[in-house]
Parts: sequence; C-alpha cells; structure tokens
Amino acid sequence: MRFLLDAEQRAFAGSLDAMLTAADTPSVVRDWSRGEHGSGRALWSRVAEAGVFALAVPAAHAGLGPLPVELAVGFVELGRHAVPGPLAETVAAAALLAELADPGPAERLLPALLSGEASATLALDGSYALDGDAATVRLALTAGGLRLAPGHGPVRACLDPARRLTPLTAGGELLSTAPPVEHALTWARLATAAQALGVGLTLLDRTVAHVRRRTQFGVPVGSFQAVKHRLADARTALEFARPLLFGAALTMAPADVAAAKVTACEAAYATARAALQLHGAIGYTAEYDLSLWLARARALRTAWGGPAECRAAVLSGRAARP
Amino acid sequence: MDLTHSPADEAFRAEVRAWLGAHVPSVPLPSLETEEGFAAHRAWEAELAADRWSVVSWPAAYGGRDADIVRWLVFEEEYYAAGAPGRVTQNGINLLAPSLFEHGTPRQRARVLPSMATGEVVWAQAWSEPEAGSDLASLTSRAVRAEGGWLLSGQKTWSSRAAFADRAFGLFRSDPDTPKPHQGLTYLMFGLRAPGVTVRPIGRLDGKPAFAEIFLDEVFVPDEDVIGEPGQGWRIAMSTAGDERGLRLRSPGRFLAAADRLFALWRSRDSPAWAADRVADALIGARAYQLFAYAHASRLLDGGSIGPEASLNKVFWSEYDIALHETALDLLGQEGETADTDWSEGYVFSLAGPIYAGTNEIQRDIVAERLLGLPKGRR
Repeated sequence: MRFLLDAEQRAFAGSLDAMLTAADTPSVVRDWSRGEHGSGRALWSRVAEAGVFALAVPAAHAGLGPLPVELAVGFVELGRHAVPGPLAETVAAAALLAELADPGPAERLLPALLSGEASATLALDGSYALDGDAATVRLALTAGGLRLAPGHGPVRACLDPARRLTPLTAGGELLSTAPPVEHALTWARLATAAQALGVGLTLLDRTVAHVRRRTQFGVPVGSFQAVKHRLADARTALEFARPLLFGAALTMAPADVAAAKVTACEAAYATARAALQLHGAIGYTAEYDLSLWLARARALRTAWGGPAECRAAVLSGRAARP
Repeated sequence: MDLTHSPADEAFRAEVRAWLGAHVPSVPLPSLETEEGFAAHRAWEAELAADRWSVVSWPAAYGGRDADIVRWLVFEEEYYAAGAPGRVTQNGINLLAPSLFEHGTPRQRARVLPSMATGEVVWAQAWSEPEAGSDLASLTSRAVRAEGGWLLSGQKTWSSRAAFADRAFGLFRSDPDTPKPHQGLTYLMFGLRAPGVTVRPIGRLDGKPAFAEIFLDEVFVPDEDVIGEPGQGWRIAMSTAGDERGLRLRSPGRFLAAADRLFALWRSRDSPAWAADRVADALIGARAYQLFAYAHASRLLDGGSIGPEASLNKVFWSEYDIALHETALDLLGQEGETADTDWSEGYVFSLAGPIYAGTNEIQRDIVAERLLGLPKGRR
C-alpha cells in the first residue's frame, strides 16, 4: 500500500505542465471556439507526442497502457490548462477500438489516433458528439453496434464556446455489433473526472491570486472571513476528489470511476461558482480568461453522465457487493 | 501508486477479524454517555486490552502491537465493520497519549499509559473554559507554584465524558505576566476526584451527561504530572490538537461501516428514490475519506507529518457525519424521532463535530491562511 504518485508520475505531470504553460492555451481555446482548429491541432500533436492518447491502449496495439493512473495525471494537467478538443472522447475511442473482438478497425484507426495525426469523437446513441466538425474519426455507439459515422450535422453553439456539439450522421460502416460500451464509458468518465479536477484547481489558484491582489475597504478582499471560507470549502472539496480519482484509476471499477466523476465535477463546479462570485463582474466577462475554465466546469459536469447518473452507478456498484 | 495491502497486513486483518468475530458483544452496549453504558464500555476496553487490541499502534511495552498507520487503518476498518462498541477511552488514547509519547518522560509513560490502555483509568480532556473556546489562548484557570508541585484553580467546561471519567488533562496559566496569551501556559494532568475538584455533569441536547464542568479550588498536582516544560503548554497542546483534527479521532473505518449501514437501511426501506443521491453521497464520502487517509498514511510513512491538512480533514468528516445521520433519520421517518437507537445516538454525537476540536470556522481560517496563503484578517 503506497497511495502516492511516484517520481516518474510527478515528472510526467511536470513536463506536461511546462509544455502547456508555454503553449498559451487561452488563445488556442479562443481559436477553437471560433472553429479555427489550426492552433488546436498543433497543440494536439504535442499532447499526443507526450503519450497521452497511448495510455489507454495496450502494448498489443502499440499503446503504452493500459495506464489509467498516468492517464489521470495527464488529464489533470489538460484540465488545468483548459486544453480544448475531444480529449476524453479520443481516449475512450482508442480504448474501445483496442477492445473490439475484430482487430481490423483498431489496426486501421488506432495508429493515427496514438500519434495525434487524427482525433476521434464518440457519441452514445442519440447524444451529440463533441467537436464532430474537428474530429477525424467519428464513432457512434448505437443499439445496433458501433458505427463509423460518415459525417456530422450542424454545429451547436454551447455554453462553453470551446466545446462544439454536433449530431452525427446516421449510417456508416459497422465496426462491431457488440462493442464494450461500459469499457469506453469508464475511460471517458475517468478522463473527464481528471480534467474536471484540473479545471477546479486552476479556478482555485486564479481566484486565490485575485483575492490576494484585489483590495476593497483598504484591505485585500482575501482577508475577509466570508471570502476565506468559500475558498477553504473549495479546497476541501477538491482535495477529497483527488484520492477518489486516483483510487478509481487503480481499480477501474465502473462504480469507483462514477464516484470520482461526480465528486470531481461537483467540486470543480462549486469552485467555479466561488471563482465567479469572488472575481465579481470581471469574472462575468468573456474577455477575461477565467471564463474559459468557468464554462468548462459547467460542461464537464454533464459530459459522460451527470451527477444523478453517476450516483446511480455508485449505488448499483454497492448493491452488487455482498 | 498502490492500494493493495501486503500479505503481512492482510494476515493482520484476518487476525483482527477473527478476534472481533469471537468477542464483539451480540447486543449493542448501552450509550457510553450514561453511567451504566460507561461502565459497560470500560469493561469492553478491558476485554480488548487483555488480548492487546485496545491500542494497536502503541509499542508492545505499553500494551500495543507496534502497528504502523496502515495497520491502524486496517484495524479500524475491521473494528467498525464488526459493529464493535464506541471507544470510551478515545480522549486519552488519541489526545493525551500522543503528547506523552512526544513530550512525556519515560516515568510518566510507564505510570499513565498501561492503565489507560486497559480502561482502568479513563481520561477526559479539560481544555475549554467559559471564556476560552475557539480562542483557547485566552484561558484564565491558574497553576500556582507550590512545594513539589502546583495548585490549580479555575473552571473548565465542555469536558467530554468528565462526568464519569477518572482523570483529566488540560492547560493552565502558570505565568500571568507574559506578553502574549499563548505563553506562560503549562500542560498538566489531574485527578477528577482529587480534593478541591467539583465535577458538574452537563446534559447535551438529548439530556445525556456527555460532558461536564470542572471546578478547581487549589487542587494540588505534583511536578510529575506536568507534561513537558512548565510554560511550554501551548506548543505541546497544539501538537495534540493536530491529532484531534487529524485521522485518529474519526477513523475512516467508522464512516465506511456507517455508510454501509445506511445503504442497508435504504434498501430495507425499498430504496426510496428521494434518498438515492444522499445515500450515494454517503458511500462516496466514506470512500473519499478512506482514500484520503491512505494518501495521508503514505506520506507519514515517507517521513512527512500532518500539518494544516488536518483542518481540511476535520471540516470534511464533521460535516459528512451530520449529513450521513440526517439521511438515516429521514429514512427512518417517525422512528427517527425516537431517542434510543444507534442512529439517533450517532446523530446527536455528530452535531457536536463542527463545534469541538476547534470550530469549523477556525479550521476554515487555517485552511485559507496556511494552505491557500490568504492574508490574516479580522475573525
């Protein structure tokens, strides 16, 4: 029992953090929101070079994994820097393709996903796909099986402008009649939970910096107890989401991952509410970078199973135990 | 990163489980906040101690098993999963003993710890005073130098279990002329039945005498009952306060077992949908607390220490405890109104959580100032 990240895992986080800090992600996010994908694609290849998309794929398919703990470490950093694009979707698609009984689709599609040349989006039956216009591989999980969607419908404007939802066109090549849906969902939720934790951590950091600097009544706003307590609560919520995330990465039990997902997303969302309140009106503007993380926290809360769905998964997981 | 226990730790778990399976009373003991229940719990402590299960993390010389923090967590998981009784000795074991291990003399340890481990001497914490709660440094009860010891005078209050306990430990002002309020304090142990001591039980919300006021009128305490150096009481007590807010006082095992009992209660009431999210949150919270503890234990085993993170911990478990019990009472409906069930007992107990061991307002200040680096301000 040693429930701490090791030196290599911490170094992985550090190198991703350094790379993303240098990449000026806020301007990449703004480009992405306008449907200009060039800077995002460039960043995408660097994330792929760091190995992030290979972590969910076993070595038999030329991946590095499955390494869910490392994936969680990586996705916390992606969230901290608000990296845009179908990140969790590409990971889930890669994990799904690698598990298909027929190795054909994996042999054909995985290499480009792992190298970052391609990105994937993945939609459950009837749901929108994230970034269907930008992704090069569009997978639709329907009642009839897993299909390679031939195209996408109109792009919907979203509360998080950098998350662009599209329907997927029906039909297309049938890749599998019995895809491991729960496997894909587990990876998608794990990645989303980690991303949400990262989003929450940045919202907290930026807000702490703001309330230390901003003065009212002649003193820093951060010296007021009401302000302190709101941020202390945010810190508490985020700190108790972290062990759930890494515990879930170790077990990959669907109920554990659902618990991590709901907890990390609720913590990030509560932090977003505190961040907005404590920034005041400037936090309510699109031109201030905080908005990128505020909008992301709201969107991740719903992505891949909202709070009620995840809690239901926790209860059924418990019911299955003796 | 690893959550699996070593074969040796699993063997320890099996040993704990087997012992508890053979010894845990089949009928719950009466509330330890009553005279009858206190006596029954004291007898249970003696039974635990007879087979060296009362203080597993202590050195063998004092009746323990030298269990490291991971094994202590394993013990607690098994203890509460087995439905074993609440610990009447917890104030002594979790608050006084760590101070004695760190600051006491070998003679003090030899004198105090064995009878604490068996429950023969049950200890109460005597810190708070009528005008010194969260602002503990403002305490005014005195220790005046006397031949071979000290004379204690003043009043302590909100002293948990002092109504039936044997001895107490607390801070006293030994030098009234220091420039700062947390200087000139001395940490002392005293007998609750010593001449000059008057204990007045106080009924908590449900009327049970869970705590008491202690009046001291020139109570003589020998030098050997001073913990650490006179005048250094604040520093010594603060190391104890960290223990109180940290893991030891509310072990994850207790909440894992409580969340499982809540889940079973929910299912036995046909799994009403209105409570589903709250029951799920109870399961999730217990797991979060367990894993947070494992991360914490890993840091301690690496040579780290519990710092201001203990305050995060305290805010989390105290609010979690109330939410869990509120859900149970709501599920019980009218039955939840009755005062003689484990759930109602646990509920009343949980309500005190955000108040004692430093109020949650103070804990949030500590998190904000020491973990987030926010400036000090008016409280």
